[in-house]
Amino acid sequence: MAPIARPNVAQPLSPHLQIYRWTWTMAMSVFHRITGTALYGGTALVAIWLVALASGPRAYGAVAWFFGSWIGLLILFAYTWVLLHHMLGGLRHFVWDTGYGYDKPKRLGLARATLIGSVTLTLVIWLLAVVLR
Amino acid sequence: MAQFTLPKNSQIREGRTWAAPAGAKNLQVFRIYRWNPDDGQNPRIDTYHVDRDDCGPMVLDALLWIKNKVDPTLVFRRSCREGICGSCAMNIEGQNALACTIGIDECKSPDNALPLLTRRDKDGAVRIYPLPHMPVIKDLVPDLTNFYAQHAAIEPWLQTETPAPEKEWRQTPEDRTKLDGLYECILCACCTTSCPSYWWNGDKFLGPAALLQAYRWLIDSRDENTGERLDGLHDPFRLYRCHTIMNCANTCPKNLNPAKAIAEIKKMMVERAV
Repeated sequence: MAPIARPNVAQPLSPHLQIYRWTWTMAMSVFHRITGTALYGGTALVAIWLVALASGPRAYGAVAWFFGSWIGLLILFAYTWVLLHHMLGGLRHFVWDTGYGYDKPKRLGLARATLIGSVTLTLVIWLLAVVLR
Repeated sequence: MAQFTLPKNSQIREGRTWAAPAGAKNLQVFRIYRWNPDDGQNPRIDTYHVDRDDCGPMVLDALLWIKNKVDPTLVFRRSCREGICGSCAMNIEGQNALACTIGIDECKSPDNALPLLTRRDKDGAVRIYPLPHMPVIKDLVPDLTNFYAQHAAIEPWLQTETPAPEKEWRQTPEDRTKLDGLYECILCACCTTSCPSYWWNGDKFLGPAALLQAYRWLIDSRDENTGERLDGLHDPFRLYRCHTIMNCANTCPKNLNPAKAIAEIKKMMVERAV
């Protein structure tokens, strides 16, 4: 085979993320990564709450006040969505690991269902929380 | 760590706009990636106007029209013009495709894109780049050396222990159908260069095309080297960098499903371990 004629200068790298068209499955893969990373922070919130609960009324009161403030509620709302989205994403990957859901309508449907499902469940949970309070 | 931005010498500048053909009524704008190894410049985007009334329906027709009538220095690979050689694989309107089998109108109406994240040029231009995240040789011609080496690494040929039969290796029709959807791969590299996991780890991850071929030999009833083939893939990078992003299956111009083939390999790995 003839050697490939390569330019004598540093070859540029062709553009990738900058130009590639976003698809549902690609976007949901990125979301799964981001939510997975965000869950480190979310788990810390749970740990803080548990430690405060074990430390007595003063510590618990302070933490409960923060989680009850508008910024605390906003963080908890975001955490609810992050948790549910990552959970549904995990289920999607579990289905794929069994070898099902790879053809076009199914993979697109699963990716869409992850986002629609996580948003819907988050709203339902918070609606219930507000109603039952 | 993956580098999400382009290195300095790869950043793209605005290029020249070539004059529209005189008297043409039905114009289509094309924005095309150019890089010339001889002029010491960064890559640039040139703008062309194609007379649709004088040009065939496919993107390859438009590229040839430009090369013949406007700018003979435009460089791209092409051969069969019917989707079987895989030469004219490139990134068209953000998705990898064969220029010869995708229509100029068709490429502008994708069916799987996220509408909010899909950018459009105001003048409805068709944007064409080389296959993503590859070293460029010139204009739309990427350097596929690594891609071919990875295909060779999975040893894409029949491997047997038993003495060769007098005539051919026999296979039942049922076993033969297991190769459908795999043997049709034309190694155009659309799938492999669409994969973000391959972008970040292309030196270690084999990529969808090579892995689809690996699976084609793993499930061939005549092949007797399945165990060693699986050993060769049992690696955190070579096989397991596939994170089911599915760009490969979305982009394949032959409508094959590398993601599914990779899932089947992962299942074979589990099945032989339990």
